[in-house]
Amino acid sequence: MAPKYQGVDFYDIDGLLNEEERAVRDTVRAWVDDHLMPVIGEAYIAGKFPKQLVPGMAELGLFGANLPEEYGCAGLNNVAYGLIMQELERGDSGVRSFASVQGALVMYPIYAFGSEEQKKKWLPQMASGKVIGCFGLTEPDYGSNPAGMITVAKETKDGWVLNGAKMWITNGSTAQVAVVWAKTAKDADSIRGFVVPTDAKGFSAKDQKGKLSLRASDTSELVLQDVHVPKDAVLPASGGLKSPLMCLTAARYGIAWGAVGAAMACYDEAVSYAKTRVMFGKPIGGFQLQQLRLAEMLSEITKAQLLCLQLGRLKDAGKSTPQQVSLAKRNNVSMATDIAREARRLLGANGILVEYQSMRHLANLESVYTYEGTHDIHTLILGQEITGLSAFN
Amino acid sequence: MSATRLILAVCEHRDGTLRKISHEVVTGARRIGEAVEAVVCAAGPVQGADQLGRFGADTVVTLTNASFARYAPEGYAQAIAERAKAGGYSAVIFAASATGKDLAPRVAAKLGVGLAADCTDLAADGGAIVATRPVYAGKALLKVKVATTRAVLSLRPNVFTPVERPKAGTTETVAVSVPAGRVVVREVKAAEAGALDVAEAQIVISGGRGLKEPANFKVIEELARAFGGQAAVGASRAVVDAGWRAHADQVGQTGKTVSPTLYIAVGISGAIQHLAGMRTSKVIVAINKDKDAPIFKVADYGVVGDLFEVVPKLTEEIKKLHG
Amino acid sequence: MKIAVCIKRVPDSETRVKIGSDGKRLDEAGVKFVLNPYDEFAVEEALQRKEKAGSGEVAVMCLGPAAAAETIRTALAMGADRGVLLQTDAIPADGFVTAQALAAELQGGAWDLILFGKMAIDDYNQQVGPMVAELLGLPCVTAVAHLEIDGTKGIAEREIEGGVEVVEFPLPAVLTADKGLNEPRYPALKGIMAAKKKALEVKPVQLGPGGIEVLALTPPPERKEGKIVGEGAGAVAELVRLLREEAKVL
Repeated sequence: MAPKYQGVDFYDIDGLLNEEERAVRDTVRAWVDDHLMPVIGEAYIAGKFPKQLVPGMAELGLFGANLPEEYGCAGLNNVAYGLIMQELERGDSGVRSFASVQGALVMYPIYAFGSEEQKKKWLPQMASGKVIGCFGLTEPDYGSNPAGMITVAKETKDGWVLNGAKMWITNGSTAQVAVVWAKTAKDADSIRGFVVPTDAKGFSAKDQKGKLSLRASDTSELVLQDVHVPKDAVLPASGGLKSPLMCLTAARYGIAWGAVGAAMACYDEAVSYAKTRVMFGKPIGGFQLQQLRLAEMLSEITKAQLLCLQLGRLKDAGKSTPQQVSLAKRNNVSMATDIAREARRLLGANGILVEYQSMRHLANLESVYTYEGTHDIHTLILGQEITGLSAFN
Repeated sequence: MSATRLILAVCEHRDGTLRKISHEVVTGARRIGEAVEAVVCAAGPVQGADQLGRFGADTVVTLTNASFARYAPEGYAQAIAERAKAGGYSAVIFAASATGKDLAPRVAAKLGVGLAADCTDLAADGGAIVATRPVYAGKALLKVKVATTRAVLSLRPNVFTPVERPKAGTTETVAVSVPAGRVVVREVKAAEAGALDVAEAQIVISGGRGLKEPANFKVIEELARAFGGQAAVGASRAVVDAGWRAHADQVGQTGKTVSPTLYIAVGISGAIQHLAGMRTSKVIVAINKDKDAPIFKVADYGVVGDLFEVVPKLTEEIKKLHG
Repeated sequence: MKIAVCIKRVPDSETRVKIGSDGKRLDEAGVKFVLNPYDEFAVEEALQRKEKAGSGEVAVMCLGPAAAAETIRTALAMGADRGVLLQTDAIPADGFVTAQALAAELQGGAWDLILFGKMAIDDYNQQVGPMVAELLGLPCVTAVAHLEIDGTKGIAEREIEGGVEVVEFPLPAVLTADKGLNEPRYPALKGIMAAKKKALEVKPVQLGPGGIEVLALTPPPERKEGKIVGEGAGAVAELVRLLREEAKVL
């Protein structure tokens, strides 16, 4: 039986957390050890999201954990929320994606842009895992450039009619509700969010097959063909591209922490292996090349942990900016992909087997590098912030 | 020189027959006492009690009461505490068996003192007793001095190997009266007939996940049978959690701590929690296909190989030995 | 139901044991402390019994240093209603002293049940629960792996060598919990937040030295380095020879 995961904390970052934050992290860490780790390898190979874990995750309060108690959520601060994402992704990026979508991309827009009725109707059910949601922004031809989307919502006598298609939608095929972003007129300013039940006539979702990454996650295409929704389906306070981008910033914040969790898992595995795998008469951890790998990993993880913590404190003080989130997402996911790759290499031949985590993390992190704003897009976001000049086109 | 150190050695019976662990208690008592009185609570004569003289009991006292046929926590505790108070005993020693672990603290509290539990060594130090106890799941040893007028201690099973140091062993029966107990043992549901408890067997063979399937435990059971009734089958936590074996068979930190003469770990990697349960075994043998498995660091003898080939061969060799 | 649960703050089971400079205590630098695992079964049982009864209170008592407030809050996060910390820096080696302090606090509490874990995973003393019962004059069953309660009657099952003892007892009673009694719940995130608002009383206590004195804490004797006898079924003959002639166990 594998020893309990102890995390990675070289600079006593635990000492910078308060008791609740540590307790939250410890609970999720223990749950991941007991429930996710035993099933994730098989789920990944089978290409199936371990849906049976959703009730347990809901009971712990993992969905929308930083939303207020009055809507059935845990009411945690953003550092605690980040720690949840860190520990979930230490398990698997696909499972963390489920929680990110549910919390930051569906519950959050309903909370931020919805009417009181919408909040009361959807949030408690989603916190309890009874209703699963998905976020429909990206389209087959519009990924990095969501402003160009062609999904439209035409106002009718008693509601709206939606037409269009979305792609790369996590939870798409299992969600009961979709927050769909559509243009109500010609330009990006007319974009609004709609809460669409997935059993509406004309709405279909199909899983995308043949994925080599995020295999333990449902990724779907959504097709909306003359989908009629009532007037109150629109999120009243939504308007323009700013609305979905606020959701993305919320999700990206969690992902910056999550990537660190994946890196910690790979590092921990590499250290364990390096200390016990014997070759040429001694553990491979005694050879200079492996020590270099491990020292680089620990340095990057420690830097990224401190980055996340300060970002979380800023967010809790209401001071964080989307560009600060971009810096963290870009840096942390990039360093995590490097760490996963180097850990995989340190593990030698064993590193290609699913019973070791690093290659699964490596494959997953390629998606995390690309989604929620590709690495390159965040480079341009920072470039524009630094210089005042846009290099987007 | 202190007055004759008299020790009260609390022995156990099951269904009127003395349990072998009682020999260990008397042996332990002998180590620190100049005189040893063995005592056992029972409803009537206890078969085997007259053997206690062989291990050094000067006297063997059976305290009788109709309610003592089975373990009666409150009755036993009162009878023993009263006996202890009445005589000039320096110490009252129990086995840290399932019953002993329940009974010893009750008696200690009645005597108004603490209990040095699960000791693996005892020594006399002037008027006091020095005991050694494993702590932190066996990752450290604690040496304590018990200086109370009456020391209460319990001994880890299978550590105080019985030594024959014959004494008179004069038997005596004393009827005692105790109030009706509130806590009553209604029945004992026996485990599989004849199954030896892992904590008491001289030889323990444990199986782990390397066995792949619950049905494969039969290769371990066959090896156990080859030892002719001396061996018990244990299990790692992984296979108990998976439902392949009963919790009573689990060896390890959250299961039982065992100290047999011979411990054979089959298909067990050797997680710290498992080692905590068996590291004081006299001889450890490990059989595992992974030569880097941590269990080999603790084993005295290791065989790297496919357990499905090695264990049957071992069974064959043991059968030859036992004829 | 009114239930008290006595808990202990202990080093995590994964702790690498380093001996402190005085040679008598654990070096606590870098050690992670947790709620004693056997106490988790006790807390869970209390919560389940209270939930079944529909009303009542679960109070958590702990003898320990100031930092044990965090341990009490873990139990509060699981759902206990309030906690009491009997604060002392030095936990006695003598379990009877601990039992006296807890009994004094529990006295007169009109508890239906007082629950403990069967033992602490640091000192392995296995005595405080039954000693508290003795001091309070209450019936006690230890190492309970299965429990049924019907009004003021209880039936407990406990493992003994070669079987299971079925024990009847009346309430109120003291019980110590063994693994298998239940499946302890995780402190849910909402529970962690709610724990902050629950009552936690801190009462400094002065304890006597007791009758058991620690002389030394030492590492276990090193096992002599073993050897790999060989590979595969071919090594068995040599293994058996060594077990007979060298180890002399066959």
